[in-house]
Amino acid sequence: MKTISSLLDKQWHDRYKRISTLNIRSSIYDVTNRCNLRCKGCFFFSSGEHQVEEETDIKKWEDFIDAEKERGVNLAILIGGEPTLCMDRVESFYRRLPSYCATNGLIKLDRKRFPDLMVGISLWGGGEDEKILRGRDTFAISSKNYAGDPYTYYLYTITPKQVGKIEPVIKQIVDVGLKVHLQLLSNDESVDGFSWQPSELKDLRSEMDGVLDRYPRTVISSKYYHEVITTGMMMGRNFCWNECPSVTESLDNRKPQPRRLIRFARWAADLKTVHRCCTSATRDCSTCKDGAAHMSWIMVNKREHMKSTKDLQNWIEVYEMFAKLYSFIPW
Amino acid sequence: MPETNDIQGIIRKVAEIIIGELKLEDVTVDTFSPEMDLVDELGIDSMDLATIALVLQDEYKIVIDEDDYPKLKSIRMIAEYISEKLTAKG
Ligand code: SF4
Ligand code: SF4
Repeated sequence: MKTISSLLDKQWHDRYKRISTLNIRSSIYDVTNRCNLRCKGCFFFSSGEHQVEEETDIKKWEDFIDAEKERGVNLAILIGGEPTLCMDRVESFYRRLPSYCATNGLIKLDRKRFPDLMVGISLWGGGEDEKILRGRDTFAISSKNYAGDPYTYYLYTITPKQVGKIEPVIKQIVDVGLKVHLQLLSNDESVDGFSWQPSELKDLRSEMDGVLDRYPRTVISSKYYHEVITTGMMMGRNFCWNECPSVTESLDNRKPQPRRLIRFARWAADLKTVHRCCTSATRDCSTCKDGAAHMSWIMVNKREHMKSTKDLQNWIEVYEMFAKLYSFIPW
Repeated sequence: MPETNDIQGIIRKVAEIIIGELKLEDVTVDTFSPEMDLVDELGIDSMDLATIALVLQDEYKIVIDEDDYPKLKSIRMIAEYISEKLTAKG
């Protein structure tokens, strides 16, 4: 029988032990329906998932978060809209649960109020792409707000237009003393020219590997993650609805049940509605490139990766990447 | 209810259930070490444990509290946990 110690040497086994008992149980929360940007291709607005009545009573938020904690959630992923438009709600999460805040970075989070809250700033490429897709060059502002912050990284959504151009973006991030995680645009609104072609994905994979090799202290990623997200394949299986781990538990009626995130839910800002999955229900699963869903797909399939030493090391690297991105282990 | 509820009997039943649920190859009830760390060596995760716990609950008509999962680190520890629950039930 293959065991962990028969596959790993001591160094890798120690790395495995550091993460094997973390037992991360995340859920996602739409903190608000509002945003100070309107990006083309933003799944939140294109899907209409913002059309619920937002809860404004902070006491109800606090009670809700306590109930979530009781439900077993130990990582609150705050998205939106733009969470920093409602700092009191962000603070309610931060005081009660390990939390992560996604933001476009236009508003600076007060570090006296949130000393170690992990912040992920969305970035959609170089200045020109950002202007086309988001109406402005957000990097110019967000990099000033967060330069050198040890608890902040860029969540760089790579679009097909940026294949061959990602290194300058990484360099900019190095220059402002931040880290970066890479993910791919899913193009929910079918913006012209922003859908992936197979050859682009192949090129992108080697480009992502290249920046990871050249900027290992800045790029928080793994080559196996690059492989899985660009090919949509893991251990000979195709990423699809029947495999996706990031489906809200109470809405998950798939039979047979795939391996999935236990307790996972994505809550709307009315604190009553749950959305289908970590991204929008209008998205076509067959073209979904959601980074977190792909990472989780790997993570929930640990024993599948006990076929060989390399497979298990790949799994460990992806789990470590996730644990770093959400502050469970240091950079 | 299983036929033998002494600790050895429970150990064998737990091993059989784990082998079946995780579709383990190259191991039998006789060769499965009751001391093996299920997380650090076998690589099971909380979803595996939840599945195994469900089957054990049905088998022994007990409730396995999720908060107790961290205690269930090996087949022997699971068997002792079940044995305590059965004794408490009377
Ligand atoms: S900043 Fe984020 S939430 Fe706001 S429109 Fe852009 S993608 Fe959507
Ligand atoms: S759209 Fe993506 S994240 Fe949502 S269920 Fe489909 S595959 Fe999963």
